[in-house]
Amino acid sequence: MLKKEAYAVGASANAFDEMLDSDGNPRAPYRALAAWLTAQNGSDIRQKQQEADTMFRRLGITFAVYGDAAASERLIPFDMIPRVLAAAEWRFLERGIQQRVRALNAFLYDIYHQQEIIRAGVVPGHMIAGNAAYLPEMMGFDPPRNIYAHIIGTDIVRTGDGGFFVLEDNLRTPSGVSYMLENREAMMRLFPELFAGHLVAPIEQYPDMLRQTLESVAPADCDGDPTLAVLTPGTFNSAYFEHAFLADQMGVELVTGSDLMIEDGALYMRTIRGRERVHVLYRRIDDAYIDPLNFNPDSMLGVPGLFDLYRAGKVTLVNAPGTGIADDKAIYAYVPEIIQFYTGEKPILNNVPTMRCAIPEECAQVLANLQDLVVKEVHGSGGYGMLIGPHATKVELRRFAGLIAANPANYIAQPTLALSTCPAFVGSGTGLGIGPRHVDLRPFVLVGDRIRVTPGGLTRVALKKGSLVVNSSQGGGTKDTWVLED
Amino acid sequence: MLGRTAASLFWMSRYMERAENVARLTEVGYRSALTPDSGGGHRGDWQSVLQAAGCLDGFEARGFPLTADAARDYLLFDRDNPSSVMSCIEIARNNARSVRTAVTREMWEALNSTWNEFAALAPGAVGPARLPEILDWIRQRTALFRGATIGTLLRDEGYHFSQIGAYLERADNTARILKMKYSVLLPSSSGEINDRSAYQWETILRSVSAHSSYRHFYQESYRPHHIAEFLVLRQEMPRSLRHCCDLICESLRHLVVLTEGGHPCVALADQRFGGLCNMKVEQIMTSGLGAFLDGFINDTGELANAIGAEFHFL
Repeated sequence: MLKKEAYAVGASANAFDEMLDSDGNPRAPYRALAAWLTAQNGSDIRQKQQEADTMFRRLGITFAVYGDAAASERLIPFDMIPRVLAAAEWRFLERGIQQRVRALNAFLYDIYHQQEIIRAGVVPGHMIAGNAAYLPEMMGFDPPRNIYAHIIGTDIVRTGDGGFFVLEDNLRTPSGVSYMLENREAMMRLFPELFAGHLVAPIEQYPDMLRQTLESVAPADCDGDPTLAVLTPGTFNSAYFEHAFLADQMGVELVTGSDLMIEDGALYMRTIRGRERVHVLYRRIDDAYIDPLNFNPDSMLGVPGLFDLYRAGKVTLVNAPGTGIADDKAIYAYVPEIIQFYTGEKPILNNVPTMRCAIPEECAQVLANLQDLVVKEVHGSGGYGMLIGPHATKVELRRFAGLIAANPANYIAQPTLALSTCPAFVGSGTGLGIGPRHVDLRPFVLVGDRIRVTPGGLTRVALKKGSLVVNSSQGGGTKDTWVLED
Repeated sequence: MLGRTAASLFWMSRYMERAENVARLTEVGYRSALTPDSGGGHRGDWQSVLQAAGCLDGFEARGFPLTADAARDYLLFDRDNPSSVMSCIEIARNNARSVRTAVTREMWEALNSTWNEFAALAPGAVGPARLPEILDWIRQRTALFRGATIGTLLRDEGYHFSQIGAYLERADNTARILKMKYSVLLPSSSGEINDRSAYQWETILRSVSAHSSYRHFYQESYRPHHIAEFLVLRQEMPRSLRHCCDLICESLRHLVVLTEGGHPCVALADQRFGGLCNMKVEQIMTSGLGAFLDGFINDTGELANAIGAEFHFL
């Protein structure tokens, strides 16, 4: 028998536990899993944990930690208890995500063309023009199928009453899909009996769907089958494993900038036969680095002139440059209005309520309730320039109040969220047990000839008791995510 | 296939082959240190082992006294020695890692777990007692990698670049071992065979794991011109120059078909190595084994450069 950390009354009493209801009984989708967990013993689980560890290490599923030479390749902790979503829950999420990515692509098209949404007064013009993620070079250009964001990771959290909220849209180069796929592989090897007892929606079609998506946005000037390639910054990039994994799974070349060249108005890769044309480039390099002639001149990663070729319709870049304007934190607050504006529908998935300090009334509210709020810098990422009110000292609160007052447009604020919890294996040795840990969810969406959402996604879990930080750099891990079929 | 990918596959296999050869040479040094010499001590042949491994200059540049421990650590663990087993495995792995899409999961797992486990070994912990075990392990792991390559890699261009890398390295290695020791294979003025030369012959054969296959093949005790024949001209011997060159030429011919191109390097290989199949060992001995080996080592280098240039290795 495994030790159980006080579960129902767990680490944060106000969080929604996805396995147990408030009476401590398993919720419907978790019933079989909860029974299975009760029957497990510590030594079997410890052995499986070791197997999983060996499996991931052998496959080289690691991520690089910048500035840490000695341990430059680490494993992301993998928790073996799957996170389960019922079919109905998933259908709701899927509809909401589809609506959202359709609206965001329409928004990008509009921003880079007529800017109707600004003229209608829904989004203030200065939020676009003054935004570093806005690329004026994209104005007036029609990307194939008018799609800008083809590959999207939508970060979703579940809060107090079990409701789902979108925390963030990732429209640039979202990562994590390889962990989603490998976690499933590992689970099927470790616990085949669990899959026999559940109808788990498969996800292994993702690489095929990615390939179809990329092929469907080939440039007009490509007749015949388009040649695809994945562009990576190289082996030192923290997501290199994923770049290689996806290229391999799709059966396409993984290229670096030095493998590519532009000749006779087209993009080529250097092969053993000489040059070969590339039509669609899934680039895992940020906008600023793709083309030293058009953007950051110091970039060694991109290809000089690549952007001009893109604008000439000779190659498709996936995602399009300039998509960052739609996942910026300042724009995020406007996404509900953006959905209404382009689809005429009410948003299916809600945003986390967000106060925009740029608006004086909302700013006053933020300043009055700073100790209860999370304040984020509009352009910050990875937790930099962030204030977590409940954990801040008086001095920090005062300092942030000053910062906000001096430059209100630079900040947004959100309530401190009680992320939902899922069961995870905790402790080690004879102390091995099960405890509730906070999770989020990143479903992966593909937009091409149609919208494809892989059932489930990547669940990230904060393995430290009570912690709300799921980032892998902060000791977060991942879980397999199951969508049960009816 | 990208030129960079071809280059990485070539170097990946070349370095794994080198790791195996360096381990085998280390074993020769270790055995010789256990063998009594005529002066009442032990032989200790580390200098020639370092030389055959191409590591002598690097070792001497460090200015450490030549002890068994120092030589062993330099050959196996020293990351500053580009031919140490550690460096070879690491370079092979880095090459595989940069072209993960071009190697199979089995190859990658064999290479990656070898690297993980070898990197975790503390050199200090490997005393003389554990050395044979470690050397065995290295040979098993390189064999596992080769087996994974042969058993799982698609027979497309990548396979042939990997083969060419491995066999160029092997041919070069055998030629260098022979070159270092060839003087003991030359007929002595007295014509008499002493203990010392028999020991040296055994060492040569052991360096290429051929001491028992020699006896099976020739059904006789060691004779110097047969040793030379075995290592240079016999296609049955998997580490002979002839065998390696046959496979290099075969892979090059496949590449010409697969890439639908004319490649001068194929003609170069045929011109330089085609003659090995008609050659007699007496010819080589008469015209000078040393000069022959110098020419051969030079030819393999030239061929490697031509292949790199013609297939856009970058």
